[in-house]
Amino acid sequence: MGRLRVIEAKGTERLKRGFARMVKGGVIMDVTNAEQARIAEEAGAVSVMALHKVPADIRKAGGVARMAPIEKIQEIMDAVTIPVMAKVRIGHVAEARVLEALGVDMIDESEVLTPANPFFHIDKREFNVPFVCGARNLGEAVRRIWEGSAMIRTKGEAGTGNIVEAVRHVRLVADNIRLIQRMTDEQVYGVAEKFAEPYLRLARQIREISGLSERILENEPVYGHYTYREIVDGLYKILLGIKKLGRLPVVNFAAGGVATPADAALMMQMGMDGVFVGSGIFKSSNPEKMARAIVEAVNHWDKPDVLVEISKEIGEPMKGLEIEELEVRLEDRGV
Amino acid sequence: MLKVGVIGVQGAVSEHIDATKRALEKLGVGGEAFWLRRPEQLNAIDAIILPGGESTTISRLMQKSGLFEPVTKLGEEGLPIMGTCAGLILLAKEVEGAVEGQRFLELLDVRVNRNAYGRQVNSFEAPLKLSFSDEPFPGVFIRAPRIVELLGDKIKPIAWHGDEVVGVEQGNIIGLAFHPELTEDARLHEYFLRRAL
Repeated sequence: MGRLRVIEAKGTERLKRGFARMVKGGVIMDVTNAEQARIAEEAGAVSVMALHKVPADIRKAGGVARMAPIEKIQEIMDAVTIPVMAKVRIGHVAEARVLEALGVDMIDESEVLTPANPFFHIDKREFNVPFVCGARNLGEAVRRIWEGSAMIRTKGEAGTGNIVEAVRHVRLVADNIRLIQRMTDEQVYGVAEKFAEPYLRLARQIREISGLSERILENEPVYGHYTYREIVDGLYKILLGIKKLGRLPVVNFAAGGVATPADAALMMQMGMDGVFVGSGIFKSSNPEKMARAIVEAVNHWDKPDVLVEISKEIGEPMKGLEIEELEVRLEDRGV
Repeated sequence: MLKVGVIGVQGAVSEHIDATKRALEKLGVGGEAFWLRRPEQLNAIDAIILPGGESTTISRLMQKSGLFEPVTKLGEEGLPIMGTCAGLILLAKEVEGAVEGQRFLELLDVRVNRNAYGRQVNSFEAPLKLSFSDEPFPGVFIRAPRIVELLGDKIKPIAWHGDEVVGVEQGNIIGLAFHPELTEDARLHEYFLRRAL
């Protein structure tokens, strides 16, 4: 047998997106300690999100919400064999480097934490660890994918147990994709220009605050070392892929407000690849049962008769909040 | 008409369906690849693929869906089954690093270590040597299991990363530590489907 020279590549886009593909059809659960992580694993979670507090408690506590303490994340990594994800603040490159060095399997650049960068998200292509980012609409999703996100999730409205915002976001992305599919490539290019505008706007804002001329030349960078035209070309390429595929080129999960098995099934019926459940499990009256029920609901989303059985005797779901009565809207963070 | 079911409870199912379709086309064989989620779908099936995903979740959901026992039985009776990554773990006779109470189909005489290559940061791509082709194969290893030991002489290596065995066959069963479904290269799917012809 002839011997091959062993060459290994790490942190490639294929490996990052591939990791996300392996969690498809699964449930990713927020956990705050080793015991909750083990409950999630036993219930059949495909991954856990290591957090200091679940979103409902972040809401109550107020103050600056940051990356979870390292000891907590380590405790959770040691407790389970399934992959462990953890959240960083939007644009907080240093928190992300810490989590990458710690060895978490995926980083969530999340609006649930207090944003660190008022202008831009992290350039995720500079990392070996894959990222997941939230999006409320196709523009946000495409910008995050261009920045290197290997997975997208709806933002929903985390910590509310209210599915309405997640439904809105799924709908907006899906309808926008159908519109793209009816466009000529030239029109799609126009969309790419539109979607690239926030980068331009934010770069202008920085100049204005600094007392500089707002005019940005063609060859001047607006995000990292990328010029506006380079960003438009990048977004255009992604949009053409979306036009051809009829869906995002990366795995897309639902998040923010999933509180019952029926909520999870609804998200799958709307074409999601899986769900994140935050406060919905450990703020319910019987987390073990609720966790198992949601895992099974994602598996049997198209079988109402099975959902009937799954939804029996699962106890009280989390109480839930009206969106209109919220003081802080997390989903508005990060465009 | 080949009927190929990809166990569709969790993981990279659509990728295997696409790869199977490409392989059928290359082989010039009519057939279909579909999401296999219910025991009734096992009637008159020609081959089964166990995809990558989370082996703990897939094992649990296969038991819940009533797929676990009948798939094991079909494998024992000689139906071609291929497992990739988590699928390899599910097929293995012995598993190091299993979660307590986790069950396996035990159709392949191998011992695998579930998280031997480490976490996602240690995931890698590397060219592999195949037993049946001179061209290297693009190996995609994502939180892959390691084949620690071949148990007995019925089990044969079919893929190597350097000196290390990363793919095996035993009669009708194939187990791969990596993900051919994440590449455009359908040679392993073709190799597998030939046993169903």
